[in-house]
Amino acid sequence: MKALEIKGLKKSFRSNFLIRKYNILKGIDLDVEKGEIYGFLGPNGAGKTTTIKCIMGLLSPDAGEVQVDGRPADTAAARQRIGFLPENPYFYDYLTAREFLLFSASLFNIPEKEARDKVAALIHRVGLSGHEDLKLRKFSKGMIQRLGVAQALVNDPDLLILDEPFSGLDPVGRKDLRLLILALREQGKTVFFSSHILQDMELMVDRVGIILDGTIRRQGKLSELVARSTQYVEVVCDRIDRRELARIHPDSTVRDNQFILTLASDADVNLVVESIIHNGGRILAVNPVKMTLEDIFFSEMTGGANGIPTSRSNGTGAPPDPATPGGKP
Amino acid sequence: MKPGIRGIAVNTFRESARNKMFYLLVFFGILFALSSKLVSFLTLGDAMKVLKDTGLAAINFFCVLIAIFTGINLVYKEIEKKTVFNILSKPVSRDEFIAGKFLGLALTMLTALGAMAVIFFAFVAVSGGGFDLGILLYFVMLYLELLVIVAISLLFSSFTTPILSFIFTVSLYLIGHVMWTYNEFKDYLAIPLWRAFTQGLYYLLPNLHKFNIKNEVVLGMAIDPWSVLFSVLYALAYVLAVLALTVLIFRRREFQ
Ligand SMILES: Nc1ncnc2c1ncn2[C@@H]1O[C@H](COP(=O)(O)OP(=O)(O)O)[C@@H](O)[C@H]1O
Ligand SMILES: [Mg+2]
Repeated sequence: MKALEIKGLKKSFRSNFLIRKYNILKGIDLDVEKGEIYGFLGPNGAGKTTTIKCIMGLLSPDAGEVQVDGRPADTAAARQRIGFLPENPYFYDYLTAREFLLFSASLFNIPEKEARDKVAALIHRVGLSGHEDLKLRKFSKGMIQRLGVAQALVNDPDLLILDEPFSGLDPVGRKDLRLLILALREQGKTVFFSSHILQDMELMVDRVGIILDGTIRRQGKLSELVARSTQYVEVVCDRIDRRELARIHPDSTVRDNQFILTLASDADVNLVVESIIHNGGRILAVNPVKMTLEDIFFSEMTGGANGIPTSRSNGTGAPPDPATPGGKP
Repeated sequence: MKPGIRGIAVNTFRESARNKMFYLLVFFGILFALSSKLVSFLTLGDAMKVLKDTGLAAINFFCVLIAIFTGINLVYKEIEKKTVFNILSKPVSRDEFIAGKFLGLALTMLTALGAMAVIFFAFVAVSGGGFDLGILLYFVMLYLELLVIVAISLLFSSFTTPILSFIFTVSLYLIGHVMWTYNEFKDYLAIPLWRAFTQGLYYLLPNLHKFNIKNEVVLGMAIDPWSVLFSVLYALAYVLAVLALTVLIFRRREFQ
């Protein structure tokens, strides 16, 4: 049984006096296995929050179904086992952190006595110790975000649904949250979180779903997506004449008096290296370059020209067009 | 009561109780009620009657004001600031949310009216009026009226803005207080269809005049226990009907 399963989810909004209809979700299919960290990745406006609101019953879908642990998600019983952090959360500014968490616990029908112990532990766990009796209007955005995570954990949920949990956090906060999410997986919990920031994902997720314009473009294990993605090979050399080099391989760039050649993954690297040595050049490095999640993401964004890394931080420019991998999963 | 409903009610009460505006209005209610002493000096006639008359009117005015302002704001604010996401994503149904909100508002009004009533009782006593059961009854009836007002403002605030809610609620409040005159002129309505329509409206709109027993209390007239009982039942039925309507609307709402 899946921790979360969404089938054919569609949602549209009407505006301009009900005349125009905007299809926001165009049939979302995704599934989250128990005990995994699932990254829901997509640019701003892709439909992540809309999807999550449909899961939580804040919006009612036009079509499709959402199941949590094999049961419909829109029941109180299902929500009893879910912890939810909304996007850009706002909490009552006239409450203290402790009061707010006790209030949240009451909504899960947790008896007051039990709730008090839980809340004290949670405040510590999210790093808000010492601020438990501070009114929320004095909280910074990062502290609110931490509190939001705490309220999502107050019912000891099996499934956590976090909408942009890393937004508003400083580097320390991001690291804390990352460790917390990893610890939750250790406890056997399932974490589903959305983000438009790749670094959040790359460091910790088991699987990703990439959403773009209301559809899931790719879903799969991060390791598989990255491994299946096309590699190219970088050859770094120096002490060779540029024109000489151009004859060996047409695509090269210069940086710090070094030449960087970019070869397709199936190119004959040996031949190129031998030619360089033969012409008096010195080989400094031969690097196989795997696609990163960022590359996969951008290739989806630029219209599915799969496998072409469009932006590399080392500035080698675009590699030759390699063989495209198989279709979408 | 389910902890969830109680939690929402307590939190709603807490929100009002931590709002400066609330204290200001309660304070003014008390201030104006006490200044009725001044009025009683300035007017001719039975000073105690004038004191009760003016004092009760002041308390009435400020309680209605508090009821409308808290009622139209609370649900709207939860939706506007998206705190409602936090509640409805937990195992709390929309019905329970509305129930909790209403109970919290009822508690808020009980506190506001209670504070004013206690002070006014003490004030009447030291002014030589003694304990007046009629005044207690007046406050009970006022509380029933406040519950109806709170339910109505909650209904509007579940689907429209505070400004519109305010206009609708105040309109209904004013209509509710002049409705009794309908019986005086309905016989002049010639067209049967028009008569049937207005008759229907008469039963639909809140007959708030029923709850106002100030004249009887101030003038020391006898109060019919049956009519009091009827008013209690009427208030309960009306509140339940309005809450049911609110829930029906709120269940279909989407939160964007
Ligand atoms: N109430 C609404 N009416 C019309 N369009 C909306 C509404 N809410 C969201 N949208 C649109 O739906 C798209 C997806 O929004 P959202 O789910 O918030 O994206 P994400 O969370 O991925 O950034 C956006 O283009 C947004 O403008
Ligand atoms: Mg979003």
